[in-house]
Amino acid sequence: MIAHAGSGHPGGSLSMVELLVGLYYDKLRHDPQRPEWPERDLFLLSKGHGCPALYAVLADRGYFPKTELQTLRRYPTRLQGHPERWSPPGVEIAAGSLGLGLSMANGFAWAAKADGLRRRIYCVMGDGEMQEGQVWEAAMTAAHHHLDNVCGIVDANGVQQNAPVAQVKNIEPLAQKWTACGWHALEINGHDITQVLEAYDAAERTTGQPTVVIARTVKGKGVSFMEGQPGWHGVAPTTEQLAKALAELNHA
Amino acid sequence: MPDLKPIRDGFGEGLLELGASNPRVVALSGDLEDSTRAIWFKQKYPNRFISVGIAEQDMVAMAAGLALAGKIPFACSFSTFLTGKAWEQIRLAVCYQQANVKLIGSHGGLSVGADGATAESLEEFTTLRALPHLTVLAPCDAIEAKKATLAAAAHVGPVFLRLGRNPMPLLTQADTPFTIGRAHVLHDGEDVALIATGIMVNYALQAAALLQAQHVSARVINCPTVKPLDRATILAAARETGALVTAEEHTVLGGLGGAVAELVVQEHPVPMRLVGIQDRFGTSGSPDELLRAFGLTPEAITAAALDVVKHKTHARPQPTLRR
Repeated sequence: MIAHAGSGHPGGSLSMVELLVGLYYDKLRHDPQRPEWPERDLFLLSKGHGCPALYAVLADRGYFPKTELQTLRRYPTRLQGHPERWSPPGVEIAAGSLGLGLSMANGFAWAAKADGLRRRIYCVMGDGEMQEGQVWEAAMTAAHHHLDNVCGIVDANGVQQNAPVAQVKNIEPLAQKWTACGWHALEINGHDITQVLEAYDAAERTTGQPTVVIARTVKGKGVSFMEGQPGWHGVAPTTEQLAKALAELNHA
Repeated sequence: MPDLKPIRDGFGEGLLELGASNPRVVALSGDLEDSTRAIWFKQKYPNRFISVGIAEQDMVAMAAGLALAGKIPFACSFSTFLTGKAWEQIRLAVCYQQANVKLIGSHGGLSVGADGATAESLEEFTTLRALPHLTVLAPCDAIEAKKATLAAAAHVGPVFLRLGRNPMPLLTQADTPFTIGRAHVLHDGEDVALIATGIMVNYALQAAALLQAQHVSARVINCPTVKPLDRATILAAARETGALVTAEEHTVLGGLGGAVAELVVQEHPVPMRLVGIQDRFGTSGSPDELLRAFGLTPEAITAAALDVVKHKTHARPQPTLRR
């Protein structure tokens, strides 16, 4: 998709694949045939640049035809470079400016409680996104209002656009920060699907406070020349690179 | 002398009424519910009041989530903090998503007075008018503010409502019509039209009286909807009077005056003057002192009107000739 579009963000898309698979193929109560089902669980992608992974998963689950994936970023398309709400169905929020998703998750979560719905709200953020102040405003809001139907997920791939996160501006110790804000914090290997699913279950069992799953991941996971490389944050692969990447992913 | 009442009180009463009439209405506050009058709603409907602390960005984006889940959230703070600090949240989470959020900016203009420039709000028409899907309202008195609050709740889509802090004359009555997108002629006239919003409507009416004494007939138009403009009423004024003066407690760069100018320069160009704040920040002082110091007075509107009629290009006889 990204190679066909000629631009996009492969690194941060590949790092969260298992996090999405755990939700869309197991944990989420959703129905691709009824995307507006009012009691569905919600998945909010706050790190909007990772949307190619979301589009791929949504298409695979039947929200829209897979053939449409090749329209990514090409006018006119529903598959925007950063997501637009409900474009296509299944995309719950717009994103692309970092730091807004968790606040929106809190709004959905507060409304669900007020309406007596048992829907859960999952929100994937990036680790670079932890540098946005609004994330911590939202973290305090969710804890203050006991929004235990919120599950924050940090795709902690360790790398942002220009350099490793630790070099740009350190965000650690992440688990302690979330705990200090009143959250139940879990730290897992985000590429181990068993750990991912266990973390989502543990979050659902937690009452009285929201849970954050800090998923330690590898940026560009599965493609040897992309893994851990800031240079692959926002660059599309060439035809030759794409062939090599797909060969590696298919053999994984 | 008409009765005085703060414009923000009209919002507080409207929100309270909505609490009873519409269960989908909820309120969010950034620790300023006493100032914005959202506290009246909080006291009666504590389970529908969300305290988000001093965190306007979080408040606005959370309001968007609430709206997308079917609520009608009113997010309340001082106008400058709400629209300045959270502008991008208003852009992305509210307007781009067409979330049904109501943004309540109290202490608009210079009305916070002594608190000084950082709390005064002189730029929000400009910054908000540029956002697609957003309705921008600035009522002229407490009665209209209550109607605007009820209308905002009934309107499906994002709305910004600008409120003043201080007691102001009641210019409208309970049965005066209020419709989003409509301006109203409060006083008819044929030599010049004074198009005002918010507290400047009161001063425009006073200016019309001063102009009458100088044999200039001024039409006064109350324009509580800054966006979308009432094109028909404004273009009729341009055609029928041939000279316009806008008046706003706001910068002249891109506010109501800018909006009117954008319209008439394309549809029916006429000489125009913009009364407002001249590309500067506010300062501390009593609101009345500041309004005078910043040229937001009936006398300033009168002077602008006398100047603009001299530059009229239409064949209409000059007022002095009809004496």
